[in-house]
Formats: sequence, structure tokens, C-alpha cells
Amino acid sequence: MTDTALTAQAKPKQKSSRPGTLALLLNNTLATTGLVLLVAICLIALAAPILPLPDPDVTAPANRLLPVFSEGHLLGTDHLGRDLLSRLIWGTQVSLAVGLSATIIAAFFGSLLGLVAGYAGGRTDTLIMRGIDMVMAFPYILLALAIVAVLGPGLLNALYAIALVNIPFFARNIRGITLGLSRREFVDAARLSGKSPAQILFIEILPNVLPVIVITMSTTVGWMILETAGLSFLGLGAQPPQADLGSMLGEGRKILFTAPHVSIVPGLMIFVLVMSINLFGDGVRDILDPRLRAGSLTRPVARTAVERGNSEVPPPSGQAALLDVREMRTEFQIGTSVYKAVGGVSLGLKDGECLGLVGESGSGKSVTAMSIMGLVPTPPGRIAGGAAYLEGEDLFAASDKRIRKLRGGSVAYVFQDPLSTLHPLFTVGDQLKEAITTHQPLSGKEATARAIELLSLVRIPNAKERLSAYPHELSGGMRQRVCIAMALANDARVLIADEPTTALDVTVQSQILTLMNGLRRERNAAILFITHDFGVVSALCDRVAVMYAGRIVETGTTEDVLNNPQHPYTAKLIECVPVLGQPDRRLDAIAGRPPVVNNLPDGCAFADRCPRVKPDCRTGEIELVTSDGERGVRCLHPLSEGAAA
Amino acid sequence: MAAYIAKRLLAAIPVLFGLTIIVFLIMAMIPGDPATAILGSYATPENVAKLNKDLGLDKSLLEQYFIWLGNLFQGDLGRSYTLNRPVLDEVLERFSATLILAGTSLVLCSILGLLAGIVSAVRQYGWADKIITLLVLIGISTPSFWLGLLLILIFAVNLKLFPASGMYAIYGGGDLPDLLYHLTLPALTLSVVATGVIARLTRTAMLEVLRQDYIRTARAKGLSERKVIYKHAFKSALVSVVPVIGIQAGFVIGGAVYIETVFQWPGVGSMLVKAISTRDLLLVQGGVLVVAAAYVLFNLLADVVQTLLDPRLR
Repeated sequence: MTDTALTAQAKPKQKSSRPGTLALLLNNTLATTGLVLLVAICLIALAAPILPLPDPDVTAPANRLLPVFSEGHLLGTDHLGRDLLSRLIWGTQVSLAVGLSATIIAAFFGSLLGLVAGYAGGRTDTLIMRGIDMVMAFPYILLALAIVAVLGPGLLNALYAIALVNIPFFARNIRGITLGLSRREFVDAARLSGKSPAQILFIEILPNVLPVIVITMSTTVGWMILETAGLSFLGLGAQPPQADLGSMLGEGRKILFTAPHVSIVPGLMIFVLVMSINLFGDGVRDILDPRLRAGSLTRPVARTAVERGNSEVPPPSGQAALLDVREMRTEFQIGTSVYKAVGGVSLGLKDGECLGLVGESGSGKSVTAMSIMGLVPTPPGRIAGGAAYLEGEDLFAASDKRIRKLRGGSVAYVFQDPLSTLHPLFTVGDQLKEAITTHQPLSGKEATARAIELLSLVRIPNAKERLSAYPHELSGGMRQRVCIAMALANDARVLIADEPTTALDVTVQSQILTLMNGLRRERNAAILFITHDFGVVSALCDRVAVMYAGRIVETGTTEDVLNNPQHPYTAKLIECVPVLGQPDRRLDAIAGRPPVVNNLPDGCAFADRCPRVKPDCRTGEIELVTSDGERGVRCLHPLSEGAAA
Repeated sequence: MAAYIAKRLLAAIPVLFGLTIIVFLIMAMIPGDPATAILGSYATPENVAKLNKDLGLDKSLLEQYFIWLGNLFQGDLGRSYTLNRPVLDEVLERFSATLILAGTSLVLCSILGLLAGIVSAVRQYGWADKIITLLVLIGISTPSFWLGLLLILIFAVNLKLFPASGMYAIYGGGDLPDLLYHLTLPALTLSVVATGVIARLTRTAMLEVLRQDYIRTARAKGLSERKVIYKHAFKSALVSVVPVIGIQAGFVIGGAVYIETVFQWPGVGSMLVKAISTRDLLLVQGGVLVVAAAYVLFNLLADVVQTLLDPRLR
């Protein structure tokens, strides 16, 4: 639920800068460096004919093997007395030209195959892709070698070989994208308008595929330069007197011990060239990658950051509650905007009590639940103020070690979607036993016995056999039972259940609710039950708190709130629940959407959707007015005036 | 599980047949007439026709393929005319040396790559991450044949720590320490690029996994961060990294061609390069075929390991 809450709030994305500005800046600096280097190398290589360089092929036996920085020969000379700088620049030109040509050839034929396979589908597709698979079954360079073996050594043949072995790579990428595009409406429209397949392929689809082709080219061109240089190095590419960087390196290798600079210099050039291409390519990819932009590849740390700053830590409410949350505020920093997901929530739980926390998606109820044990991901989340006390202990001030002991110990969680919250690669038994042994010093055998006991407790038949099942082998209801068993492993005092039944169908839902209710009565555990469903609340909860835009707008005993809602929002929520036997009842959706919590309006956050809104609703801070300790409502004009005053 | 492995093995058979077809076709595409090439341009037409018949070249391509395939099944890959010995004997002898080199490199790059990737992900945007990211970038941009030469210059010529070439010492060598001594530099050189690729992918995979709901569950259970990362997150990340290691095996075996040439390692790679320059095409054919088949089998192994890790694939 945290994630849904997050995305719901983060959706109206502004021009937000990405997280870890320093790191991304570094990335971009690197990309810029790469681009500058690449452009410089290309310009110098292109300018070779007009630069004041000696002829790269003129031999001068008297000047052979001059070291670097010799007079008249900045990089020295090779074994035939040829100027290395000149050879390097001319060789770079050849290497660049060969690498680029190979890339273009591979991109052309690979894309063509991919386009045809992806668009034609059926047998054509199968035939082409099987062929591609066969070619890909070879180690890449080996196939290039075999081709060169047949064609004979030579720069042009090396170019063909490298291009050929890269065709499958393009074909696969482009086929996948074409396949997706050919199912789209604009292609159907073109087909219906009587265009020929070739027209559709090249006029409708190709322009959409082109960016992908270009990006794939930019990521492979470095490889191609490296590989053609490699073939030349082996003596299978450029043949004397023609020279590219690879063949210079290969020739220099023969005199490695006497004149190392002859081989080091061209190798360094290949390295710098490929590095600059890769730097630039990475930078471009980072900028284009939507996951990096949204910060969704940022690693959350083990515990939510607590940054209460100078704000006063509110003391416990003094009502001898088991769990006592006071004025808690949790925020998400996304780019430069701050989303106040939880804006000062207070709630309390006594032993054996069940409190329902109700609200729409994005109202902050899940974040409230996660904040208590520091499970909100940081970055981007942080606890910005308030306190949560467990039997008087300030959880936000506790050590990490202490929190780990309490997590799964005194405070246990049950999450919404049991398929994604159980680890797919471990058996149910392993995960259950792990929950047990983390908090209890039991032997493996004892833990197994306890695990079986827990599974039977949540009414899973054949508990013993189920231990070796993987989550995907169980039904949704069974998986949720496993999650509940895991939460019960260590006699938790507080059970925080975040929409535990939302992903389940109605019959299973009622079984799970009955189960939880029974366990509460047997074990006297307190439950914080998060849901958007008033039907569930009435079945299980003693008290209920309604949340809207990160704040509690109404609270009271379940009966009171359900029968006599004071806040217009609560009333609207209750109207959304269908009642059996009342087919004529109007089911009203609440018009409009909840406000975005990075820019809350003054006054009541519900004002824009409220049918009873009055001008004074939009100014100032509206307090939660409480009466007789139990009942509270945050509304200037509650439904039955006077009741809350 | 056994049934699954058997199924995968069966599925590999058509791929192996595909390999033989491609290798055969490549060799059949050699321009010019082989008989003329062998006999020289002064050969009489009768002699050319006779040799063509002896070589089976007067038959159709399809017939030629099946004859060739039949011989292949009997372990007959022809004779190398430069070495004057059966191609299969030479290739297998050479292949064991390649396997030692490439296998060591593959183990090295898997361990180093996984470690670097995990550290990089766990310390995201920290100094360790930045240094590793930079090293990875340098690693995947370095021409391995050049790096080999540099290492020879530094560690063999200047520091005299390791030998510059060969697999065993010429006199008195042949035991395991001697092999390791000779193996160090080439194996390290060969593993650099693959280490970079694996590190990069491990980092991304770890970052993706660490955001999953089941990692939050692991934390909510009260597990230590070490267990969360090295047990829960790593196992999931490994599922997506293992196939990449399988693909890297191809790059390592291919890269061995350069490294074996640079370090004069007596493997298939250096054999191929020599065979190409002497136009010993049967030897090229045999070498390519054996190495490609090994690569297919290795990818099969990667598949099986992935399935062992992930019960959902079974």
C-alpha cells in the first residue's frame, strides 16, 4: 500500500530534479567529458590530411624506435622509423571509419530483419528468429573468426565479419519493439486505408523504431571499434601498409620488450576512444531511463530517517495506551517538492482493542502504519515530527537494534498483497521459521514444530506438508494466512494489518476477518486495521479513525461513527458501501479527487469536494474538536450541529 | 527436476544441429574451387575432377552435409594438413587448455562481479559505489589484448613476478603451482571485461530487488540488514544475474582468442588464429564447432542453475 499511496501522491509530477543530485551531476559531468573527448578525437582524425604531419608510411631506418617526446617526433617512431603521432591519427581515422561502417551495416540489416519478423509474425517470424538464435548460439568473436577464415584476412573482411555477428543483436531488439507497435491502432488504421505492408513498415512503423535503432547503435559502436581493432591486432584485419589502431598494436607487440611505447600508444588511443563513447552512451541512457528519473532505483535504507529537527517532541497522551501515536508527521521529498503524506496524526490503541483506520487510496493511512516501525522507504520518506510510543517508549528515538527486536516481536505487520510480500524463492516454512528464530532461541526442530503449530492456528490444512510449499503454489487466501501466521510467530502485542483482505475475494475475506477477530480475543493483541471498506470496519473494529489528505478528520466508536457520521467526508464514504437488501439505495461516488499533499490548500482539505462547503472552511487551521475523549471531528460545520461541540 | 533437465537437454539438440549447419555452410561458402586451390593453377582438368570426387565435392550440398555429419558422429573431423594429425585430437588437446583459462576467468569474474555489484548497490551513491562504477567503466572500455601487454610489461618484465607467456615452465614445470603461476596474468586479463558487465548488472538487479515488498516484509520481521541483503535480496538478484553469467561465458571464450595470442597460451584461440593465417580450414572448422558446442552446453548449465534458484520456473 505504501507504494500505491506514494504513486498516487507523486503522480502529478512536476519538473522534479532526480535524487542524489551529486551523483547524477557526476554522471552528467562524465557524460559531458565523454562527449567532448569523442568530438575532439573525431575532429582530429578528420583533420588528418590538413594537419602538419609527416607521411605516416614514409620509412626512415635511421630514425627507428625513437622514444616518446623525441625532437620532431612527439610520440617517437616505430621499427621502420615512421612517425607514431601521424600513424596514430591516420590509424584512428581508419578505426573510426571501420567501427562506424560496421555499426551502420549491422544496424541496417539487423533492423530490417527485426522489422520484417516483428511485423509479419507467424512463420516468417519463427523462421527468422530461429536463424538468429542459431547465430547467437555461437560465441560472438568465434563466429567472426570463422567468417574471416573463409573470406581471408583483410580490413574489409574483418568489417563484414564484425557487422555480421552483430546483426542478431539489432534484429532481436527491433523485432520486440515492432511486435508491440504492429498491434497499435495507428497501424490498424493504415492497414484499413489500404496501404501495402511495405508502406506500413517504412512509413508508419520505422519512424517510431528509429530512436531505438540509434540508441542501440550508440551502445554498440564502442564494441565494434574494439572488435575490429582486435581482429587487426591478430593480423586478420588491416594488412600492411594500411594500418588501423589494432594492427599498429599488433605490430608493436613484436617489439614489446625493446620499445613498449610503440604498442602502448595505439592501445591507449583505443581505450580513450571506447571509453569516451561509453561515457557518453551511459550518460544518455541514464537521462533517458525513466526509472532513474523517478528515483525508483534508489535503494531504501533499513529504517525511515527521523528528522524531527527542532520541533518539540509531544509527550505521551497519558491515557495508558499500549500504542500511542502523537502528532506524527511523515513526508516524502521528491525532487524539490515535499509531499506531506501524514500531517500530524494522533491515535491510540489499548490491549485487545481493534482500531480501524479508514480512507481512500492516498489518504496516508498506509504511510501512517509504516511510519510507526520505520518501514517507510528512505529516501524519499522521512519522519518529520511527532512521536510514537510503545508502552511509553519513544520508537523514533530508539536504537536500530531495539527497533529490529520490536519489529516482528512486539509489533507485527500483515501487508496487503500476500503474493508480493512473501519471498518467492523461499518456502513458506523457511520464511515462517526465520520469523520465529529471529526472536526466539529455538533449535531447527523446535522452530519447525512451532511453524506447523502456527499454520494450524491460522487453519491451514496439512500444515506439515505446506511447510515445503513455495508462495506461488498457494492460493491468495492461503498466502494471507501464512502472512498472518508469520505475524503471530512471536506473540505480538500490536498487530498492524494494512488492507490484509483487499486482494482477496469476499468469502476468503470473511474467513480471514473471523480468524483475526478470534486471535485478537484469544491473545488479547491490539490491532490497527487499515482498510478503505466500512463493511470490514463494522465487522471487526471497536473504534474507527477516518483519514483524509494525511490527517484524521473524524474518530469515535465504530457504532457512533457509522450511525451518526459528523464529517461530510465520512458520510460520503459510508454512502459508498452497498447494503444487502437495499437495492434502491443510491451508491454515490465522491466527486473529484483527493488533493495532492505537496500543496495542500488552507483550511479544510476536503472543501473542494464537500457539498456543504462555506467560505470560512477555506481559511485557517481547523482543529480536531473532541468531545468525551472518544469522539472527535475536524469540521467547522458538522452534519448534526452541536453534537460535537 | 530431473525431468526438467532432460527436457532442456533435448531442447539443446536442435541448437547443436543448427551449429553444425552454420559451420558447414560457412566452410562451403569458401570462394573458388578447393581442388584447384590444393593442386595449384597448373593442374590438369582430369586431376581436378578426380580430387573433387575424392573430396566428395561432386555431390550436392545436402549430400555433402550428411556425409560430413556422419563423419562428425564418428569423431572424424578430417585431418589438419599443416599439422598432419587428426583435427579432433588437436582441437581437444587445445580445448582443455582453453577450458582451464576461460573457466578460471569465469569463476573470477563471477565472484568479483557479484561482490562489486552488491557493494555498489548497498553503498549507492557513496564513495565505494562511485569508485566501483568508475572501475567498471574503465574495465569494459579496455581492449583486453592491450591490457595483457601492459600486465606483461609491468608484472613480467619490470617486477618479474609472473611469467610473460606459456602454460607451463619448459624445464621442470607441469605441476599445479606451476600452472597457477602461469595462469594468473592471462586469467586476470581475460576476466576484466566480464567482471565489469556482471558488476553492473548485479548492481541494477540488487537495487531493483531491494525495493520489493518482500524485502519490506523481511525488515518487518526484524531481520538484521545483513540477512536482508545477503540472504533475501541477493538470492533474487542472482536469479537475474545467472543467465548473464551464461552469456558472459561466450565473451570469455571468445576473448580467450586474444589473450591466448598475447600470452602464447596453447589453447584453441591461438590455434584458430594460426590456422586462419595458414588457411588450414578444417582445423578452423573443428575448433569453432567444439567451442560453440561447449558454449551451448554451458548456457544449458546456466539455465538449470537459474531453475534451481527459482522454483517458479520449474
